[in-house]
Amino acid sequence: MSTINPAYEDFRDETTALRKRLIAFARSVPIGIWVAAIIVLAFVVAAVAPGLLETQNPYSLDLVGRLAAPSGAHLFGTDQLGRDVFSRVVAGARQSLLIGVGSTLLALILALILGMLAGLGGRIADAIVSRVIDVAFAFPVLFLALMVVTVYGANVASTLVAVALGTTAGYARMIRGQLIAVRDAGYVEAARVTGHPFSKIVWRHILPNALRPLLALFTLGIGNSIIWASGLSFLGLGVPPPAPEWGALLDAGRDYTTIAWWLEVMPGLAIVLLAVSVTVLGRHVQARLEGKIRTNLI
Amino acid sequence: MSSADTTSAQRVVAAADHGAAPLGRRAGRAAFWLLKRLFGGVLVLWATATVIFILQALTETNRAKSVIQQLSGSSQNPTKADVGAFNSKFGLNESVFHQYWSWIGGLAHGNFGISYFQHEAVTTIISRELGPTLVLTFVALALAWVLAVGVTVLAAGRNNFASRLATGFQLLCASLPTYWVGTIFLVVFALDLGWFPVEGATGVSGLVLPAVTLALPVSGFMGQVIQDEFTSVLGQPFVLSARARGMSDIGVRVRHVIRHATLPALTLSGWAVGYLFSGAVLVETVFARPGIGSVLVNAANEGDVPVVSGVIVASAAVYVLANIVVDALYVVVDPRLKSA
Repeated sequence: MSTINPAYEDFRDETTALRKRLIAFARSVPIGIWVAAIIVLAFVVAAVAPGLLETQNPYSLDLVGRLAAPSGAHLFGTDQLGRDVFSRVVAGARQSLLIGVGSTLLALILALILGMLAGLGGRIADAIVSRVIDVAFAFPVLFLALMVVTVYGANVASTLVAVALGTTAGYARMIRGQLIAVRDAGYVEAARVTGHPFSKIVWRHILPNALRPLLALFTLGIGNSIIWASGLSFLGLGVPPPAPEWGALLDAGRDYTTIAWWLEVMPGLAIVLLAVSVTVLGRHVQARLEGKIRTNLI
Repeated sequence: MSSADTTSAQRVVAAADHGAAPLGRRAGRAAFWLLKRLFGGVLVLWATATVIFILQALTETNRAKSVIQQLSGSSQNPTKADVGAFNSKFGLNESVFHQYWSWIGGLAHGNFGISYFQHEAVTTIISRELGPTLVLTFVALALAWVLAVGVTVLAAGRNNFASRLATGFQLLCASLPTYWVGTIFLVVFALDLGWFPVEGATGVSGLVLPAVTLALPVSGFMGQVIQDEFTSVLGQPFVLSARARGMSDIGVRVRHVIRHATLPALTLSGWAVGYLFSGAVLVETVFARPGIGSVLVNAANEGDVPVVSGVIVASAAVYVLANIVVDALYVVVDPRLKSA
């Protein structure tokens, strides 16, 4: 039968080939990576649709059931005002993820501009930008963030900008190094010798190769940003109450650590779980992009 | 004996003579290098101070009102006379250029300005509080090194359960928020087990928990870098030749490989000083330790701009110095760089 219509045979081959590639991809991903991906997905759901996971209203008070230990009714216990800690952690996901993703994006955009100026803008631009990066490194991340907060007040926007400014220099240095390595590579030299215009070389050869690690960098950066942002809230200088940001939850629970450990442990676990999962995912993406793990997809 | 042997030996001696510069010239070169680095450091500090000035100059208009309101404890609008007195006391009614000039000039003479709230010179506050923070950060840095190197020497380049456990440990350390770990340590080891003082203690026993807390993430970062380098150095020809001479595995690791593997970690240590300062602020808050941290957090809360600015400049100075030291150490660890 198959000899009657060769086009159908081709089509069938293609679908099975795609399926095979998908299966090969799924098999090449270690189990730990799947777990990390599921955890991150759960946090994304909590951020987008907290109603799906919240067991109670995160703001509703219950002064009789204050500081109750974790139980079936309150998975993570209740806080000093009787609010359900699990629901508050879920509700805090949106703010923490927003700040984490937002500040990482902002930092990467700034870093891209700086890195491209340094890597592709010629010797003088490189010298100036490299000095700027050196100076930025002299600011401890948190100190720069505290300066922004001192001057502009403690709110979500300050936190986002502060964390972004604090982490830009590291990314800029990495992007610059990557651009320079690619710029001096043999295939770029070859393209130049063949007479391609500079702009075309940049778009066709340099940027696609130099910016490939950005995806990994972005994933790795989110965990880092979330930790810094909640650090600010922990100091009482981040997102103001009563917003259930994770760092703010930790700060609020500090007075009760001796009698209600869950106030401190649970929001912290959320931060750690998300940060570790994102880092594991980021490193896996990195390994793939660097060709350490080979499949036909990605 | 063949004459070829002697000539080749002579050639080696001659080459060695050629390579080593006379001691005087080497010292001169080192002094020149140091001067150059110090000059670069001063430039970085100047730029840091300028950035801080610009950041704070953008929001100068409401500062007098906010500070006076906080000092008097009332939310009423302060009188014009009060605002004028405040502005003239802190030089805020001068032109921007004049303010900038006196800020930079003051820094150059070691005058960091006066706190809005504490009526004290910022330098006095910093010099009083910097000591405990420096002790904490450098003890933590040393601990991080010991942890990172120890784990790597034992685990890198092996593919067994223990090495995977070590890698996982480093990853976990690198992603742990300091403030959370600190709180857990405080509850478990100080409150429940009572092994360490709960808070505010200044002695060695009070330093253990904060230093370990601060060291863990840094050791995680550093361990990852050392381990990457360590694994690649293990494949080098000189490792094979050491093995061929009959050296034990642990001997090769300790004698030959670790020296190479520490180079990137050394670079990271310079960077780590900045990270440790940030972490110290959080750790000091958790353990209620005296130091720059509490000063900074209070000042940021109140909007005490001179104190925050001064602390940042001071920490940048420590960072710059630490990095010069790191670069000098580089030459000690890797003698190949001596001629460069």
